[in-house]
Amino acid sequence: MQDSRHAAAPSELRRIRAGVRRALAEIECNKAVVDDVVLAIDEACQNVIRHAYRGEEGEIRLEIVHQPGRLVVMLADEAPASPPDLLARGRDLEDVRPGGLGTHFIQALMDEISLCSSPSGRGNCLRMVKRLDG
Amino acid sequence: MKHTVRAESGRVVVSLEGEIDLDTSPALREVLMAEVEGAAALHVELTGVTYIDSSGIATLVEAFQAARRHGRVFALVAVSEPVGRVLALARLDQVFTILEADGGI
Repeated sequence: MQDSRHAAAPSELRRIRAGVRRALAEIECNKAVVDDVVLAIDEACQNVIRHAYRGEEGEIRLEIVHQPGRLVVMLADEAPASPPDLLARGRDLEDVRPGGLGTHFIQALMDEISLCSSPSGRGNCLRMVKRLDG
Repeated sequence: MKHTVRAESGRVVVSLEGEIDLDTSPALREVLMAEVEGAAALHVELTGVTYIDSSGIATLVEAFQAARRHGRVFALVAVSEPVGRVLALARLDQVFTILEADGGI
């Protein structure tokens, strides 16, 4: 459905979101699914920009595959490998303070989240799955 | 993201339009922090906001907490559907004061 590369920069996020919406329009997802996937991808890209590349230049590769009943999203970067528990660090929402929401959003919006092998053999790769049937 | 600022009836109203993300939330932070010590109340109008992510929500939280430290009222007004959804996801819809189009709760 989509296999694209983007500069890991805040200014690219709008274009990334628009590209995801265009790709999902091809399979007639309902609006809630589209909004969930767009936000999850945005948040994952933010994590790459801020924490993987730490604001340095870099590239994000985004792949979205439509499988029967689900969307599989893979987001890869070429930054130094991040600690494996990055995914587990959610957010205690009782503690109202700025920051830390992104990981919580990804966990709440997507049905499966895991690390995968980066296509280039370097960097990090995040795999997120969204079911389309519920 | 675009913004306008107006003063009315002892409050400052910051009206936002467009998308609030990691690229535009720093500008939002500047605008809100510049107003937070001003009038007795700061209202942020969100009808025109078509997208917001965690960086935008974090900026609203930061302004809310700064307003509270200065003894100011801080409220979100006319929350658009995209913003409402994300506030609920963050369970912050019960934390912020949320008003209808500048009037009641």
